[in-house]
Amino acid sequence: MYRYDEFDHAFVAERVAQFRDQVERRLSGELSEDAFKPLRLMNGVYLQLHAYMLRIAIPYGTLNSKQMRMLAHVARTYDRGYGHFTTRQNLQFNWPKLSDMPNVLAELASVEMHAIQTSGNCIRNVTADHFAGAAADEVADPRPYAEILRQWSSVHPEFSFLPRKFKIAVTGAERDRAAIQVHDIGLHLKKNDKGEIGFAVYVGGGQGRTPMVAKLIREFLPEEDLLSYTTAVMRVYNLHGRRDNKYKARIKILVHETGAEELARQVEVEFAQLRDTELKLPEADVAAISAYFAPPALAERAEGWESLARWKKADPDFARWVQQNVQPHKNPDYGMVTISLKPIGGIPGDATDSQMDAVADIAEEYALDEIRVSHEQNLILPHVALADLEPVYRALVAHGLATANAGLITDIIACPGLDYCALANARSIPVAQEISSRFGSPERQEEIGELKIKISGCINACGHHHVGHIGLLGVEKKGAELYQITLGGSGDEHTSIGEIIGRGFEPNKVTDAIETIVDTYLGLRLDKSETFLAAYRRVGPQPFKDALYGGSTAEAA
Amino acid sequence: MVDKVLTANRLADGIAVWLDAGGEWTTSLQDALVARHAEAVSALEDIGKKAYADNKVVDVNVVEVQETDGILWPLRLRERIRAQGPTMVYAKGYAPADPEFIAV
Repeated sequence: MYRYDEFDHAFVAERVAQFRDQVERRLSGELSEDAFKPLRLMNGVYLQLHAYMLRIAIPYGTLNSKQMRMLAHVARTYDRGYGHFTTRQNLQFNWPKLSDMPNVLAELASVEMHAIQTSGNCIRNVTADHFAGAAADEVADPRPYAEILRQWSSVHPEFSFLPRKFKIAVTGAERDRAAIQVHDIGLHLKKNDKGEIGFAVYVGGGQGRTPMVAKLIREFLPEEDLLSYTTAVMRVYNLHGRRDNKYKARIKILVHETGAEELARQVEVEFAQLRDTELKLPEADVAAISAYFAPPALAERAEGWESLARWKKADPDFARWVQQNVQPHKNPDYGMVTISLKPIGGIPGDATDSQMDAVADIAEEYALDEIRVSHEQNLILPHVALADLEPVYRALVAHGLATANAGLITDIIACPGLDYCALANARSIPVAQEISSRFGSPERQEEIGELKIKISGCINACGHHHVGHIGLLGVEKKGAELYQITLGGSGDEHTSIGEIIGRGFEPNKVTDAIETIVDTYLGLRLDKSETFLAAYRRVGPQPFKDALYGGSTAEAA
Repeated sequence: MVDKVLTANRLADGIAVWLDAGGEWTTSLQDALVARHAEAVSALEDIGKKAYADNKVVDVNVVEVQETDGILWPLRLRERIRAQGPTMVYAKGYAPADPEFIAV
């Protein structure tokens, strides 16, 4: 993985010192809240319902054991013993004191981490496929390009005060695991007919109150033009993006109002000016960054095949976990392990300090010291020998981290919701917990198959409800919580925005409604191989509306 | 008129607080000073502005409450959760909000 050079160390250390001074001046009263707020936000510090919240960047979701142990230490020392992994592959602490914040950031800097650009109208943490560098279906590792974008965008003077926040995601496989089509810029790394590396460029995707699927504006952008073309997109957005209305300020609105074709033309005009400038990526620089992400030397571990078969036969729970949480690796002797942060009835994305330490220990011993955070709020060990799966599983079981539910109905994404968030209108976590408990039986989950439920506590859609196969949006109606249900959303290579199915449900009726939807699906699917999403796309919303509302009107709440 | 209390978050640690009758900021809503008429609400607002200007607290708001059997109960769910914390078991050693208080 990428290691800080002298410049990076100096830059982050300088930023910590700067923020320490700003916090001291704020606490002494020298700085007003109005003056301080933009400064704290630039360092990832929010004020939520109960306390301050610190959002720490985990670039493209990659971290090592040392960094994970530091997160555990921060959770233990400065928070309440846990952290929350987010849908942007970041980590949030919910209870740190403002007065401790400089020390927290200094401790993070000691392991090459920071919280810069995790808030504000700038280019946010660049996200990537959590299986990057390991997936069997990958064309190339997206992380070197995500790292190049990270370096380019960090405190970029031209793009530090954009009309609104800006999110970039990169994937290196045909199967999109980074939800690139619901990002401001989505980059799909691919090879052309000549075998050269480049990108399909999608622009103007996003969720929030106006969900949009990104438009493809470039079929193939050569690798060397990554920064010049991205700069061209940013310039068009910075110039024409709306600043008069924050709800219409994202690039998706500009793309929608301008039209993708015209926007692409404007980008090409800018690009023509930029492509032969210093923004052109030198091959040597790409090679230097790529070297940090060179595939690890994986020893031959062919003995794992026989052991695995034996272990699976002896332990059905282990077999189920392998079936659900281990994916094929480029190297057939290895697998990619999903560590579920979705225990049945638990809080999606939360991990305790001791769980973080345990993951660090396991990664160090069995997974070449590499850990990933997925945008689905799970952790990943990307390189585990099949021969080591059994001891890894036992270690995970000991820490409550071996729930065999990756991609199943209890692998729910949920934002912090009204239990923490100052913007939320309704709770997300308790809803997720109740659904998880209702469908917690392994046999039932297996029968239902792949089904992604995503829950947001407000229209800002941090819980990605628009792209949930089943999405839940919490709203406040007459002072009470109400949950709108959307069906048919998807955040993969066939991205779609879910459709509102009808009027909303009170909190105590939501889980029953989900069960009705699931039972309807089970009754109409062609066979077990037809997933919920495939079935919904075949039959449309009507059977589900009929099941939920019968003859009554189903107007949206 | 609906009863009101003054709430904010403490500057140094961000913890939710309410103004009590002694003019101090308390972490217990139940110890809050209740304004029952317009002049009292106006006085709370002035105190809030001064505390904000003096850099003691941030995010200052006057919120509606109802007093029943001696218990102060915010009308908005958001404020009930602010008063008692997250509604589920979330961290060792910290109790979740009382479901009856949240749901009433």
